[in-house]
Amino acid sequence: MAERTLSFGARLRGLFQTVRVIDDDTWDDLEAALIGADFGPDITESMITDLKEKVEKFRVTDPRDLQRMLREDVEERLAGFDPTLKLSARPAVVLMVGVNGVGKTTTIGKFARFVGNYGRSVVVGAADTFRAAAVEQVATWAERAGAEVVRPQHPGQDPASVAYQTVEHAMRTGTEIVLIDTAGRLHTKGGLMDELGKIKRVVEKLTPISEVLLVLDATTGQNGVVQAEVFIEHAGVTGLVITKLDGTAKGGFVLRVQDETGLPVKLIGQGERIGDLTGFTPSVFAAGLVG
Amino acid sequence: MATFGTLSDRLTQALANLRGKGVLTAADIDGTVREIRRALLDADVNLDVVKRFTGTVRERALGATLNKALNPAQQVVQIVNEELIGILGGEERRLTFAKQPPTVIMLAGLQGAGKTTLAGKLAKWLESEGHAPLLVACDLQRPNAVQQLQVVGEQAGAAVYAPEPGNGVGNPVRVAKDAMRFARDKQYDVVVIDTAGRLGVDAELMKQAADIRRATDPDEVLFVLDAMIGQDAVTTAKAFQDGVDFTGVVLTKLDGDARGGAALSVASVTGRPILFASTGERLTDFEPFRPDRMASRILDLGDILTLIEQAQQAFDEREAVEMAQKLATATFTLDDFLKQMQQLRKMGSLKKMIGMLPGARGMREQLENFDEREIVRTEAIIQSMTPAERQNPKLLNGSRRLRIARGSGMTVTDVNQLVTRFDQAAKMMRTVARGGVPQVPGMGPIPGVRPGAKQQGKKKQGGSRSGNPAKRAAENAALAEGRAARPAASTGAGFGLGAGGDGMPSEDDLAKMQKLLGR
Repeated sequence: MAERTLSFGARLRGLFQTVRVIDDDTWDDLEAALIGADFGPDITESMITDLKEKVEKFRVTDPRDLQRMLREDVEERLAGFDPTLKLSARPAVVLMVGVNGVGKTTTIGKFARFVGNYGRSVVVGAADTFRAAAVEQVATWAERAGAEVVRPQHPGQDPASVAYQTVEHAMRTGTEIVLIDTAGRLHTKGGLMDELGKIKRVVEKLTPISEVLLVLDATTGQNGVVQAEVFIEHAGVTGLVITKLDGTAKGGFVLRVQDETGLPVKLIGQGERIGDLTGFTPSVFAAGLVG
Repeated sequence: MATFGTLSDRLTQALANLRGKGVLTAADIDGTVREIRRALLDADVNLDVVKRFTGTVRERALGATLNKALNPAQQVVQIVNEELIGILGGEERRLTFAKQPPTVIMLAGLQGAGKTTLAGKLAKWLESEGHAPLLVACDLQRPNAVQQLQVVGEQAGAAVYAPEPGNGVGNPVRVAKDAMRFARDKQYDVVVIDTAGRLGVDAELMKQAADIRRATDPDEVLFVLDAMIGQDAVTTAKAFQDGVDFTGVVLTKLDGDARGGAALSVASVTGRPILFASTGERLTDFEPFRPDRMASRILDLGDILTLIEQAQQAFDEREAVEMAQKLATATFTLDDFLKQMQQLRKMGSLKKMIGMLPGARGMREQLENFDEREIVRTEAIIQSMTPAERQNPKLLNGSRRLRIARGSGMTVTDVNQLVTRFDQAAKMMRTVARGGVPQVPGMGPIPGVRPGAKQQGKKKQGGSRSGNPAKRAAENAALAEGRAARPAASTGAGFGLGAGGDGMPSEDDLAKMQKLLGR
């Protein structure tokens, strides 16, 4: 039990506490820990090379110094991007995209509450007209968050038209923030990706889209990078949301996604309750990863 | 299906260096093993599993070269293949059914792994196998999960037991217990229990899952695993093994391009077999998992067996016999062609099928660009014709063609092209048919199926009949090359699909690959 719930951070801490001097085993364990946290072989290799250089240069022998250097390294890599949400437009339209089952709808619910806490009025567009009962699911979340919902007029309606009606509704009623839920789609489905492009185009006839947030599941492995690349190409993603960070996975692949796409993480989801959504703080995330 | 695509690419690339070498040096092996290790890590395979895997491959490869004088590359491929099969679970296993119905199948997994969708697919599959499944809504956590299961159940034509509204209301353990009684009363022979998604670290929810397990004593507990999951797969799988002691794994979202390496890890770490693979959003995108075939797919040997099986399922024997007769007697009409095309579509997505073919690796990008609607357009054109026109395309004069183009929303050029291609193909098919019925029923119309070794004999009929053996050989070779460029034409039914066939490996490549694998 204790072994399996050991987080990456805990493993690293263990690593840094038990080992007195830095030797080959330290590096092996470090590699295992980094790989195990989904950093991916490329980042792992480059980080270890960096650290080895530094260790040599500063003649570090204490593993705790190594840990400090590692944390700084991670933090530095994460902090290079601007995590602020740009919601100053009125209405500010936010499109939520991602593959199936990453938690888009749940994030919409939490985000509606998150924004609502700042005294902004919110309307949610239920543009996931594909999956069974997705509209009801987002409606339930919106209700919990105290937000309005624009539903499709009939089942299977074109998601772009639902999105359009939502934005139209917001402009008519002066609602400040528009959140649009979209159906989960695997990035390998060309047709579905084009549909996203259409939603974007149609909405932009009314008003520019403020944010396109790509939701990534923290348990995802290296495939997250490919997902991000394809979604950027088709939907013009402006930021990332990492969900399910309350589990054992810490989302090390985010580092590689940021490195390769330059996209900032803007929100973090950490549970199933409506308040479990926070902004992104590089130092906190780095501490969660590295301990 | 681009499953494991990039892993295949990398392994193939790694092993390509070994091909053509007579002797395998320790340095060669080390280099290759490094590539394999890297590829597997990139594919999210657990580090320990990778270490074990590469260690075994290396040891066996070294030992093999010392002991035998076989083609070393062949040996390494075989070793990698065997080891992959070993990790993926060895033998394939069927679902265990209870001797005394109802059989109980419980689904468990992380949030968003695809449990509810899978419940529908499982129900649909069970029905096709002659069972009467009952879906039980024990996910009372996620908003409207109950409703989702009801919709999915309706789509699958299966009964759904959902006494509680969900959204946090109701006790899932009691629902599960009641469902057992309900199933016995109403004579459902398989009960599929959908549970809420939960994290491995959530002790409370894990206990609830264990309680459901205890209350229903399931014959199978299936751990539903997203193929995209990373290194956390092992931690999660162990947590679920401790929590609900699952008996099998189902891999979902395999239609993505995640390499699914985690599946290898989970199977190897928990020792539980992978039973099913879920490969799309439709309820029929679901199939029993075959470790050996998945391993071949990793090595990019394609999944021809699955392909044939699918083709046979969608294939109507009687229609095939009729079709063969029509071909032989040269009464093949546009109507028949339409029927053939519809049969082809029954088999599922073309892209998916082409992706299963060996050597399709190089085509993946082209596959992405290939427009499946091309078939729909061709269908539209034929459907805009009158029955008389379909029977006898010679009727098609200018004004008829214009009418058809308008009716199908295409241009006259498109109609002309279709008619020309139909003529050519019908001619080609008659030639083939005279040499006998195509070897696999229903396989004829698949674009991209290369005229393989078995077909070759028949194809020759259409080739040169020159009396000079050298000239004949040369002409036949040229003909074969012409086919390589346009496989669609040679198989007859790929109207307008030529684009999908470009870039196929040559017959030569296939032969080489087969030789390499000693098949």
